[in-house]
Amino acid sequence: MLSIVVFLPVVAALALLAAPGASDRVVRWTWVAVSALVLALVVALWIGYSPGASGFGYETQVNWIPTVGSGYHVGVDGLSLPLVALTAVLFLSCAVYSLRETHRVRSLAALFLFLETVCLGVFVALDLLLFFVFFDLSIVGMYFVIAGWGHSGAARAAVKFFLYTFLGSLALLLGFIGLYLAASPHTFDMLDLTRQDPMAGKGAVAVLVMLAIVVGLAVKTPTVPVHTWLPPAHVDAPAAGSAILAGVLLKMGTYGFVRIAMPILPQTWRAYAPVILAVGIVSVLYGALVALAQRDFKRMIAYTSVNHMGYVVLAVGAAAMLADTEAQARQLAVTGAVTQMVSHGLITGALFLLSGVLFERGKTYDMASYGGLARQLPAFAGITAVAVFASLGLPGFSGFIAEFQIFTGSIGAAPVPVGFALLGVLITAVLFLRAYQQVFLGPTKTRVAGDLTLTETVAIGPLMLLAVAIGLFPRFLLDVIEPAASVL
Amino acid sequence: MTTSLLLSLPEEILALAAVLCLLLGSFLPRGRQWVVRVVGAAACAGALAATIVLWGRQGGTAFEGSYAVDAALGGTRIAVVVAVLLVLCLATDETRGHARESEFVVLVLLSAVGAVLLAGSLDLLLLVAAYLVATIPLYALTAFAKDSPGTEAALKFYLLGALLSATMLFGVVLLLGAGGATSYAGLRTGPGAAVAIGAVAVLAGLLFKAGAAPAQFWVPDVTEGTRPAVAALVTTVPKIGALVAVYRFAADVLQPAGLAWPVLLAVVAAATMTLGNLAAFFQDNVRRLLAYSTISQVGYVLLAVVAATRSTLALPGLLYYLAGYAVTNVGAFAVVCALPRAASPGDYGGLRRRYPYLALCLVVLLLGFVGTPPTAVFAGKVAVFTAAWDAGYGWLVVVAAVNTVASVFYYLRWIAPAMRGTEPGDAIGAPAPWSRAAAYATAPATVALGLLAGPVLAVLAPSG
Repeated sequence: MLSIVVFLPVVAALALLAAPGASDRVVRWTWVAVSALVLALVVALWIGYSPGASGFGYETQVNWIPTVGSGYHVGVDGLSLPLVALTAVLFLSCAVYSLRETHRVRSLAALFLFLETVCLGVFVALDLLLFFVFFDLSIVGMYFVIAGWGHSGAARAAVKFFLYTFLGSLALLLGFIGLYLAASPHTFDMLDLTRQDPMAGKGAVAVLVMLAIVVGLAVKTPTVPVHTWLPPAHVDAPAAGSAILAGVLLKMGTYGFVRIAMPILPQTWRAYAPVILAVGIVSVLYGALVALAQRDFKRMIAYTSVNHMGYVVLAVGAAAMLADTEAQARQLAVTGAVTQMVSHGLITGALFLLSGVLFERGKTYDMASYGGLARQLPAFAGITAVAVFASLGLPGFSGFIAEFQIFTGSIGAAPVPVGFALLGVLITAVLFLRAYQQVFLGPTKTRVAGDLTLTETVAIGPLMLLAVAIGLFPRFLLDVIEPAASVL
Repeated sequence: MTTSLLLSLPEEILALAAVLCLLLGSFLPRGRQWVVRVVGAAACAGALAATIVLWGRQGGTAFEGSYAVDAALGGTRIAVVVAVLLVLCLATDETRGHARESEFVVLVLLSAVGAVLLAGSLDLLLLVAAYLVATIPLYALTAFAKDSPGTEAALKFYLLGALLSATMLFGVVLLLGAGGATSYAGLRTGPGAAVAIGAVAVLAGLLFKAGAAPAQFWVPDVTEGTRPAVAALVTTVPKIGALVAVYRFAADVLQPAGLAWPVLLAVVAAATMTLGNLAAFFQDNVRRLLAYSTISQVGYVLLAVVAATRSTLALPGLLYYLAGYAVTNVGAFAVVCALPRAASPGDYGGLRRRYPYLALCLVVLLLGFVGTPPTAVFAGKVAVFTAAWDAGYGWLVVVAAVNTVASVFYYLRWIAPAMRGTEPGDAIGAPAPWSRAAAYATAPATVALGLLAGPVLAVLAPSG
């Protein structure tokens, strides 16, 4: 069942490529239909989800490369199921959003469907090599999205994106090989590795392996100081590409922390948790401050992503610093981290789609050239206001739930530094309000016509509804995450 | 003797087919020379079938211990024969109806026989003979077009080859003098210095065939100067045989002699991949770019050789990587052959727009070189990286990983224009049909081989 969900999109992508006669209209609606079907199946998975003895639901294990102890092992638990759902939701939104796309629709649809399989694959993989396969393919897919449908500087940004994240993924591969060789019998299976704890008492080797894995994941997340690929990639990517990049691909990094680094290298992770925490706090503050200085709407959102993902890194670092007696705080921090991943995916996905709408109307991302848009495009202004308030963590939205849990859980680990990170929330609030004021309020600078169309509303609206739903009734999400978070 | 003849049946098929093709070619009129090509392809198919039938009887030696018949030889046979079949296919466009069509087929078959013999040699004299059989046809093939770039390339190739073959013979003499035998098994005693110098001299010859540093200079010149179909052959088939020969020589001669060979080969591997990558960075000719890329690929393959006798994954990893590399490399050259007028990466601009499937094949093949999963080279890289790390060469794995990242840059320099939506230039003419077919076959094959890495690696394991 899970495998069907994962591979359905890529099969559809191949079918689209093999049918050159299909008109753009047919292609667009096939894309939407397949994405909707995937989402429906994921909802069914969620409803029927009941983890087995291993803690995972819908587990499948088949030998793949037995010579190196690697198998096709997939399954979902409370950490991955919300991200799988997020992936399905965002891809459907992007499919709907792209209904008005006219440029090489067939290739775009095939590429996005391929990316959907890859993203789902990352979150359900329970084998390091399988995880790596999907992780690496996500880079290839996104490279072609940026290079093929991006703005003017896209070629350079795409190469930078590819090189940077590929470096990260190879570091990850080296770390995985290290884990494989340390295990006895050699295996790439995550659950076996977690049971074995192969790096216990390995000293310097364990540190190097963890360094490789953490660097690999940090590039993808991205955290300071390896975030520099992110702003150009976002600015030059098409809106739907940015939404997927920020909404789903960045989560692969932080998901890797909770799925791989924390459980498989527990001692080393604990020993170096203060470093992780520090990286998280620096990302929070640096991301917020640099975002504050931006004049470009899309670039600003890109930097707030660094800030938001920083909270996740902070939480997973802090969770490891808490003693066993503070299990509740630890669970709170990890739950907050996963919730933040979902919340950021929804909100930032929406913000990037909205920035696409802005660019469509005004042909620029420069905030200074807009003003008073609220009078001309009331619906657009309204939905952007909702997204902005959600993003700055106002109560009633999912971001508040996530950040509240993160701070409550983490503050016990290191009160002063974590308190310092609270400043990040403040700065984000300032920059979002200032940006909103500049673009939507005040005197009109340019005439812009055309409020949100139906497809745009249908694409972006549900994301905001979900963010509000999680903000008001978080239990349906937290009940899934908490059992899995408590075993970390 | 009969058993030995039976065990080496695939090589005999290829060699006899070469003779038959030569005779046939002398009698057939020019319009019907295609028969020769069919006979050549049939011989390859026969050799492939014989290899598969004989697979269960591997595990020993033939011809009084001078020829190994094992999984390493089996893997080499399959990789070489498949590569030769593909080369025959993509050369069809250019050599069909050519005045020397049958000579082309004969030379290709002979070089294949030499490459397989190289991989099976357990005796220095056989090794030298195989080296010559694998090399001399290539000199002639390099100059096949009789044009000035080809002739110049052949001369460079010949001069360096002659130098290295003399070096190799010198090494054989030293080893014979010190060890009192030419068979690998009999060589195990002797004064250290003489054995060391002799071993290095023999290695130099083999590394020349493999196109590894420091004897890699011929690769770009030959690849650019000769016809692309020949370049596909020269950068694939002899390398397969030579690298397996290096593996055998390292495991059976250097290891018992107690030499510090892994360090030497590790340095060679690091130098090969780094030099290949650095030189590939700003190449403006796709054939030169591919030439340097093959050099760097050989560097990665050498990781498996470094791990010989120290990791159980070394041999299957080596053979698997070579097979994956062979298919990927011939595939990339197939795209080059399909568009003979496109010389620089920029000439491929707009390829996607006119021939989307060919562009897709090119992307799959080039990303395959990078080691993007799930292509064959990815599984090969995982295997050889793991083997080398297991053998204690973690630093070499790091060097290889850094090199892999660097290599992305120049492959993207080719991928980016091919996928761009610009109007195709003059260089994008109608693709040559046979080469295009080869490209269409190889690109999915690399993915399939990667997905089937499990069973393939299991078959190639030494016990198999």
